[in-house]
Amino acid sequence: MNEMSNKWIGKNTIRPDGADKVTGRAQYSADNVMPGMVWGKLLRSPHAHARIRSIDTSKAEALPGVKAVVTAKDIVEFPLDKSVMLGIQDMRWMCRNVMAREKALFHGHAVAAVAAISEEVAAHACSLIEVDYEVLPHVIEIEDAIKPDAPILHEWNQFEGKPSNIAGTMVLKTGDVEAGFAEADIVIERSFKTRPVHQGYIEPHACTVSYAADGRVTIWSSSQGQFMVRAMTSLLTGIPQSDIRAIPAEIGGGFGGKTIIYLEPVAVMLSKKSGRPVKMVMTREEVQRATGPAPGSLSTVKIGAKKDGTIVAAKGTFYLQAGGLPGSPLRGPVGCSFAQYAIPNVLSVGYDVVSNRSKVAAYRAPGAPLGAFATECVLDEIAEKLGLDPLEMRLKNSAKAGDKAIYGPTFGAVTFKETVEAIRHHPHYSAPMDKNPRPGVKRGRGVASGFWYNAGGESSVQVNITEDGNVLVTTGHPDVGGSRASISNVVAELLGVDHARVNVMIGDTQTIGFSNLTGGSRVTFASALVATSATEKVIGDLRARAAKIWNIDAEAVKWQDGMALPAGDNAGKFPPLSLKELAAKANEMGGPIGTQVQLNTTGADPGFATHCVDVEVDVDLGIVRVLRYTAAQDVGRALHPAYVEGQIQGGVVQGIGWALSEEYLYDAKGRVDNAAFLDYRMPVCSDVPMIEPVMLEIPNPKHPQGVRGVGEAPIVPPLAAIANAVHDALGVRFYELPMSPPKVSARLEEAV
Amino acid sequence: MSKLHVTTSVNGEPVEFLCDPSASMLDALRGPLGLTGTKEGCGTGDCGACSITVDGRLVCACLMLAVESEGHEIGTIEGMAKGDHLHPLQQKFLEMAALQCGICTPGMLMASRALLEKNPNPTEEEVRFGLAGNLCRCTGYDKIVRAVLETAAEMRGAA
Repeated sequence: MNEMSNKWIGKNTIRPDGADKVTGRAQYSADNVMPGMVWGKLLRSPHAHARIRSIDTSKAEALPGVKAVVTAKDIVEFPLDKSVMLGIQDMRWMCRNVMAREKALFHGHAVAAVAAISEEVAAHACSLIEVDYEVLPHVIEIEDAIKPDAPILHEWNQFEGKPSNIAGTMVLKTGDVEAGFAEADIVIERSFKTRPVHQGYIEPHACTVSYAADGRVTIWSSSQGQFMVRAMTSLLTGIPQSDIRAIPAEIGGGFGGKTIIYLEPVAVMLSKKSGRPVKMVMTREEVQRATGPAPGSLSTVKIGAKKDGTIVAAKGTFYLQAGGLPGSPLRGPVGCSFAQYAIPNVLSVGYDVVSNRSKVAAYRAPGAPLGAFATECVLDEIAEKLGLDPLEMRLKNSAKAGDKAIYGPTFGAVTFKETVEAIRHHPHYSAPMDKNPRPGVKRGRGVASGFWYNAGGESSVQVNITEDGNVLVTTGHPDVGGSRASISNVVAELLGVDHARVNVMIGDTQTIGFSNLTGGSRVTFASALVATSATEKVIGDLRARAAKIWNIDAEAVKWQDGMALPAGDNAGKFPPLSLKELAAKANEMGGPIGTQVQLNTTGADPGFATHCVDVEVDVDLGIVRVLRYTAAQDVGRALHPAYVEGQIQGGVVQGIGWALSEEYLYDAKGRVDNAAFLDYRMPVCSDVPMIEPVMLEIPNPKHPQGVRGVGEAPIVPPLAAIANAVHDALGVRFYELPMSPPKVSARLEEAV
Repeated sequence: MSKLHVTTSVNGEPVEFLCDPSASMLDALRGPLGLTGTKEGCGTGDCGACSITVDGRLVCACLMLAVESEGHEIGTIEGMAKGDHLHPLQQKFLEMAALQCGICTPGMLMASRALLEKNPNPTEEEVRFGLAGNLCRCTGYDKIVRAVLETAAEMRGAA
């Protein structure tokens, strides 16, 4: 290891992409144009559930200005009886999600697409497409979809020997849960309901695609993984990956929602048929109706404990709302809900339930928040009944190193306790609170914890020394929240050069090695790891070059402050050779300086978080306001502290929206009634207070800088923490989200 | 339908463009004028990503017809820095990590500047309500509010 001056790691440097983003120059998905470009538009199903008997596109094709029409016939079909997976995505569902095949499965499901000389002509042409629908009864809510007489979305899908909307299950167990409950002094079982919530990225999905005469394709789009765009487009169009160049545009938010694609394969086929580059941009309404939210849920959690608070058994049953096609993130609630606790007897079961709404996509710690909502609220109730401090109860039951996690592996270091202690000792937790500050207003405080797996996986990086002795790093990961700044800090630190001399770029699929999605809280972990490895190789090469110039052993040369130096007096006396000098001599000393490292990274230890929140409830209006929020998390090492804090703050506020205001409303025909930001109510600036992050930097021993994934754990505790605070304020427990004004008012009236 | 000819001024420069009568100012900026720094997040005036100024007044470009710009002075994010000299808000947003993905940033900066022009010494609450028309899904607003307050303090100090 080279000597570390720690000059850049841990510093809030200005991000490499910053100036472009504050001046409006950064190129996002919808900002690109190509010469000769035409516009693509999707025709979407007006029905929540309908069999597609036939589609007649002839009138649309005859409209002047129309260049191509595409239907499911133009997208590669993956037969229903054989699963073809790309990561966690099954192409059977993806091919039917981008274009309805046998059935339209939700209102807004794409059924055909048109490319035309203008958006207006394309939209007009869509209205000329005649689709013969057999309208079918629809079902939206989980409780309706699992009834024996529910309309069945997929007749081929069987559960327990009968056609069913339950499309999958997941079971994790340890010990004997019934025997565990028999030993308990207290057992509490509660059922919970959460609504689907959208990731709410401000940038709608968009792409520009060119299919050239030689069959080569260029895709310009924003996503959480250009390699995912390439692979999924290849699978859905039949074009080999070597012929698809997916260029990552700047991404305007994803939060998991851009780990799959909607437009790119359609645009490729429109471009192929029309012979013209094609641009497609979704409207916000399309985003809300047809792209994946996080699933809604029905959960039942039962926890048994001894009088001293020791948990002896826990059972969780989680029904998740997949949308029209299977694929709920069952491993979120099933695996995470009890993970940070050492419980001898656990049974955790998940059900993937299809219904006539848009197919879910990943959203920040997929599935974990709704599971934690259930578990952490029941724990709060048990602590209350036993007269225990809720944090003490969590400390008492914390998992420890060497425990076998319910989801399989044996835990290394478990830093959950540290997050609980951080909140317990934080002034927030002991701050006096006037629980009834004025008539009609009540205040309360709540806590909750959360767990997320974190991830490693494939990552590629190139580190090149430019001819003038500066540094260019190319990574394969789209940067959603400042990862370029973190990588730049690491490389500048290791090379001992000024941060401003390191530029970090994101390569496209044909210029950098395979790199997996930006998701799972993995990118800073994985990319810092490969960037470290590549930079150390470069430093080794630089030392070898200096050694050759000085005619001494490479081991006798050290690298420090951006220069090669003799390692000690025995090495001889030579004037230092700077990076700039070595770069200038590159060609005579062995050629260009640089390397690429491609690894399947491992060692991503899980993330733990504990949160504390104060709320104020307007009893007359039912409005819950968050007054104070403190979020403690083990972040391993904060390479760029401000962006680590930003992950925590952003995740918490998304959790506040989930808890208090966000939900989809459906009309009687199964159509989303609030497909706009005015009515789909995400937190605005005046809704929230400052969010205080408490970053615990307990280095991950399996990472060169000690990094631990950060982005997802912060959204896991807020739902329960806020519900527990509302209970503290009102003495009423809410088992259903969102705790929006009409629902809080109704509940309070009920309680009177 | 034939296009209309519009003469206006964008960021202090006289410009002319052709547009459909139904085109929004956002369409005109991002289309014929090539100023894609103004973003479309919703098209219904709810997210503020397309915030511009019209004669100094903050407006959602998606809610304004392009033809309405005739004879007025339009300000966009592209006019905020003077050459490579960033506006203090732009500089502070960078220093204080007040952006993550950056898609809301142009609108957020335009709204922040309009706020500080009206109120050079805002409280936290005034900043929060002043920016309540600009959605950000990444940051939780914390660092944005701090950056605006800090810029206001610096600008008052410099004035």
